[in-house]
Amino acid sequence: MEMLNSIFIAPFMDMGSDWSFFIQVLWEGFVQGTLYALIALGFVLIFKASGVFNFAQGIMVVLAVLVLVGLYELGVPAWLSLILTIGFMGLLAVGIERIVLRPLVNQHDAILLMATIGLARFLIGAGQFIFGGENRAMITEEIGLPVGASEAEMFEGVVFFEHLDISAVVIAALMVTALAIFFNKTRIGRALRAVADDHQAALSVGISLNQIWAIVWFAAGIVALVTGIMWGARSDVSFALEIIALKALAVLIIGGFTSIPGAIIAGIIVGVLEKIFEIFWGPLFGGGVEAWFAYLLALIFLLFRPQGLFGEKIIERI
Amino acid sequence: MIYREVGQFKTDYKSDSATFPIAQDRMGIAVMLVLALVVVPLYGHYSSNGEFFINGVMMPFMIFSLATVGLNILMGYAGQLSLGTGAFSGVGAYACYKLFTYFPDVNIILLVLASGFFAAGVGIIFGLPSLRIKGLYLAVTTLAAQFFLEWCFIRVEWLYNYDPSGAIIVPDIMSFGFVIAGPRADPVVKYLVVALLVIAMTWVASNIIQGRIGRAWMMIRDMDIAAELMGVKPLAAKLSAFAVSSFYCGVAGALMVFFWLGAAEVESFDINHSFLFLFMVIIGGMGSLIGSFMGAAFIWVLPIVIKFLPATFGVEVSAATVEHVNFMIVGALIIFFLAIEPHGLARLWQLGKEKLRVWPFPYA
Repeated sequence: MEMLNSIFIAPFMDMGSDWSFFIQVLWEGFVQGTLYALIALGFVLIFKASGVFNFAQGIMVVLAVLVLVGLYELGVPAWLSLILTIGFMGLLAVGIERIVLRPLVNQHDAILLMATIGLARFLIGAGQFIFGGENRAMITEEIGLPVGASEAEMFEGVVFFEHLDISAVVIAALMVTALAIFFNKTRIGRALRAVADDHQAALSVGISLNQIWAIVWFAAGIVALVTGIMWGARSDVSFALEIIALKALAVLIIGGFTSIPGAIIAGIIVGVLEKIFEIFWGPLFGGGVEAWFAYLLALIFLLFRPQGLFGEKIIERI
Repeated sequence: MIYREVGQFKTDYKSDSATFPIAQDRMGIAVMLVLALVVVPLYGHYSSNGEFFINGVMMPFMIFSLATVGLNILMGYAGQLSLGTGAFSGVGAYACYKLFTYFPDVNIILLVLASGFFAAGVGIIFGLPSLRIKGLYLAVTTLAAQFFLEWCFIRVEWLYNYDPSGAIIVPDIMSFGFVIAGPRADPVVKYLVVALLVIAMTWVASNIIQGRIGRAWMMIRDMDIAAELMGVKPLAAKLSAFAVSSFYCGVAGALMVFFWLGAAEVESFDINHSFLFLFMVIIGGMGSLIGSFMGAAFIWVLPIVIKFLPATFGVEVSAATVEHVNFMIVGALIIFFLAIEPHGLARLWQLGKEKLRVWPFPYA
């Protein structure tokens, strides 16, 4: 009876008793969800175009922002560091396409997945070798991101909105819009969608697979850079982000592997639900449930709707 | 020339369908067994750096090989991708610890084997989704298993007997008149127990794989819809693969805690270990038992070589650099192996043997 009360009634009473706190939790979850969505976006881009799940996306996020901060520490002005980092991600994309993707054309999905796991391992080692493993602070103000917070009084309490979080949401929205326009209105975007559909058909129409893959990984690299900047601004730049990227897997399962709006919506859902579950139901479990709640959600989706909310239905052909 | 089977005749079906029909292979196995069970313990006992060799090289090699055999059964023979190996090993380790707490008088080897069954049970539970999903999606469920079980190892305090440090420590355990585990145990004795267990279990795995169940797994791996059409029950096949694989991983985890490390904390079974076993399977060769051993040897020995090789030339390498270079080499090798030789070191070994058959000629 006590147990039933604490699971089904008490958390909702908690929510209702302090609305401003609830709104704060919702906002925090929303922002966290947007950040998950950004990571998931990188995965979706590459999966949409080359059919390979890029395990190395997490480390690309870390590397991008490490290069940015590293260049700044060397004395390069912030705007130039940004441009040079974008160039670096382009080089990385071309390198990956040449060394990892080209020799493994036409291989089974699982082989490509394991190749990206190997790539992730290599990049982690290289990143730690070059930059060292200690945490760094993000150059938030120097690249023009606003700091500070606003308050809003509502429901007899105060809700804080950090300017950084607001800008994160705005930037994510802009990025999604830009990507949507890119995919739907430009020639290269159409070529990307063609390659995602069928490699051989795309080849027969004259689309250069190698170029497309390099472009896609470059786009994913830019998304990784933006993600890294936003994540690094909220908490320091460290290699722990690489493990957080694994949570994007859960987001992708829920949203669908091939859908950009799916990644965003699923990311927000995961972020919000995770936060609410942790704050209001967490004490029942002794805390720390954030680590696996997203995966539990993903598991439920896998059993009942494996293609996710917006993904393509998986049709198996023999 | 050395490896030809000229003169070896089979006179009945039984000897023709043996696992190692060629006499040189049987000789090779005998040599390896003598090396593992006689030479290494003697070296460990009498040599000055013998204890480091046993504790730092041979024992982890054996234990990791066992876990890799387990993961290979799941990935290489049954075709189900799994990222939860670390957690399943952990289940075995904690189960063994609890069994030891409740039954301190039962022989530790029996407890280790029994703990495998608990790991098998957990493996079956997390393998249930494999009936509906496969490939990358299944990897996500095993990832979920990994994180959830890791959380359990910390939060469920009953598992480590409410110890405030959250770690489990293994006390001295006697068996057959020897101190077989714990701080006072002789490393050579521990190594012999582990080696015998690993060899026995590998023999069992080899027989399972060549039998009806193993063939069912391989049919599922190749094309599960066709296998189902041919009469293989996917439920039995997939869940048995998860069960057997988790059993092996669980036993390896129990051995890791009770015989090698003597203690465990939650980091011993985290996602990095899952990736480590995955790399051992990939580099060693998926679907190959000897590949499991080769992969485990390679991945385990590589950082030791990276550490000591420059030292022989007088160059000092810091521990952090060793780890980073290790990551880079392993990552690069994974990509290299997948592109050049997807079947890993085991296939290279097989190619070597085939070349040996016609040596010194280039082709027969």
